Amino acid sequence: MNASWSRFNITAIVLGFAFLYLPIVLLVVFSFNESKLVTVWGGFSTKWYVSLFHNQGLMDAAWVTIRVGLISATMATVLGTLAALALTRYTRFRGRVLFSGMVFAPLVMPEVITGLSLLLLFVAVGLDRGFFTLTLAHITFSMCFVAVVVQSRLVTFDRSLEEAAMDLGAPPVKTFFQITLPVILPAIVSGWMLAFTLSIDDLVISSFTSGPGATTLPMKIYSQVRLGVTPEINAACTILIGIVACGVIAASLVNKRREVQRLRDEQAAQRG
Amino acid sequence: MKHPLSAVTDRLVILIPYFWLLFFFLIPFFIVFKISLSTTAIAMPPYTPVLGLSDGVSGLITQIGEFSFDNYLWLTQDALYFNAYVSSVIIAGISTLLALIVGYPIAYGMARAPATIRPTLLMLVILPFWTSFLIRVYAWIGILKPEGLLNQLLLATGIIDQPLVILNTHTAIFIGIVYSYLPFMILPLYSALEKMDYSLIEAAQDLGCPPMTAFWKVTFPLSLPGVIAGCLLVFIPAVGEFVIPDLLGGSQTLMIGKTLWNEFFANRDWPVSSAVAVILLLLLVVPIMFFQQAQARAQEQGR
Repeated sequence: MNASWSRFNITAIVLGFAFLYLPIVLLVVFSFNESKLVTVWGGFSTKWYVSLFHNQGLMDAAWVTIRVGLISATMATVLGTLAALALTRYTRFRGRVLFSGMVFAPLVMPEVITGLSLLLLFVAVGLDRGFFTLTLAHITFSMCFVAVVVQSRLVTFDRSLEEAAMDLGAPPVKTFFQITLPVILPAIVSGWMLAFTLSIDDLVISSFTSGPGATTLPMKIYSQVRLGVTPEINAACTILIGIVACGVIAASLVNKRREVQRLRDEQAAQRG
Repeated sequence: MKHPLSAVTDRLVILIPYFWLLFFFLIPFFIVFKISLSTTAIAMPPYTPVLGLSDGVSGLITQIGEFSFDNYLWLTQDALYFNAYVSSVIIAGISTLLALIVGYPIAYGMARAPATIRPTLLMLVILPFWTSFLIRVYAWIGILKPEGLLNQLLLATGIIDQPLVILNTHTAIFIGIVYSYLPFMILPLYSALEKMDYSLIEAAQDLGCPPMTAFWKVTFPLSLPGVIAGCLLVFIPAVGEFVIPDLLGGSQTLMIGKTLWNEFFANRDWPVSSAVAVILLLLLVVPIMFFQQAQARAQEQGR
């Protein structure tokens, strides 16, 4: 089998990963550039980070982004998990086809359409655009991603565990919180993280659904990029990348520890 | 034995997400359609008439009578829109094909990698996806600019003596789309290729089939579900893409997502942008249904 891990395969992977990572690496490197020109190296400097923290507009936008991200990711995780349960547990209910359509369609729906339609809804029901509408919009598109992530874990879930708990007299809600939830928790956590990243990342839907006073970081970055590329934006991007990288690494470490623990428990159980 | 509570919770589990999506995803489409039939007005919101029951049923009927298909006529009369739709589909199609060509060897290499390092490789593919889409597109501006890093490198090595103009061309859009959507192509391809039984290829080769023929006759057909899922995941959002053509394609590029954005934000013409959205949706409804069927089938198999 290892013989087939050939030179061709290794080359494909190395080139592919270079393509995926090089632009990000260059972006990070040039955030430490002394020169104002983004593409000419003028020596090492952290001055753009200093000026970034004195840029009140960017800081306000970052704060809005984080709050929307935390609230919408949490709500989206609850709704997305419910949607995943509905899709996997209840194979027949009225309107199931429509329901699964509404869960999968937002994954590929062009953002301009989702953004425009949500905006027109908010106008039609007379909601003032701002922080609240922004959060509602983010919940809506990210809950579907959570649903898909959680659903993929639920389909491999061994339901006899739940049946055993119920046979022993546990009510369904208790069974869910004591049996089901711990098993699907890793998927729920990665669903939350995905929802959070999608939220802090979104430009198009935010631009449509946000109002005065609720400018998010991507909206701010976008308006500055249109005026020209500056090292300050590189610095802002680098910080965002750093936060996300820390989150992902932490999550994978937690996952790994959980996995090791589980294996140990299983072995202990087998030894009895 | 069913617990009395379970009927209530069962229903809530379905109803809460159901109504959320109904209200925030499905109903808005009808509002878009309704407004696409209205006319522009200098007001807030900038369109008339507003369908509502404020004037009773007869008022509603008058309002329906005032519906006009002018916006759709307008879309057919101005060649700009037609060209934007066509060029969006072409650009998305070419980008999807390029993403498949770039992504397939990577997915294949990952699927054939030793099982111990596969999770790491998988995480490395997903990781860029966690960094901002906008940032990743933005990073390419610095690379593709006339005085950018790519041209500096090519000039310094003497491969070219004139800087290449890549930014603000279709090439830049292709690069941007392939780069941004590559993980969406690799992941379904990988999961199809990883499940494959490689003894089939060995069998084919033992029987004297050359490696390339074995690939086209065995590997590729077996990976077809992954190919279809990956292509749809790239193609559908790419047709309506706004950020990439806007930042990398320059003002010359015609793509429908950009046209919609401009109608909405620059011209403040909500009815026309709604009509643009309705036509875009009609264009994508078939691929989206394909995608849903593929998802449903994958779900059935996973069971």
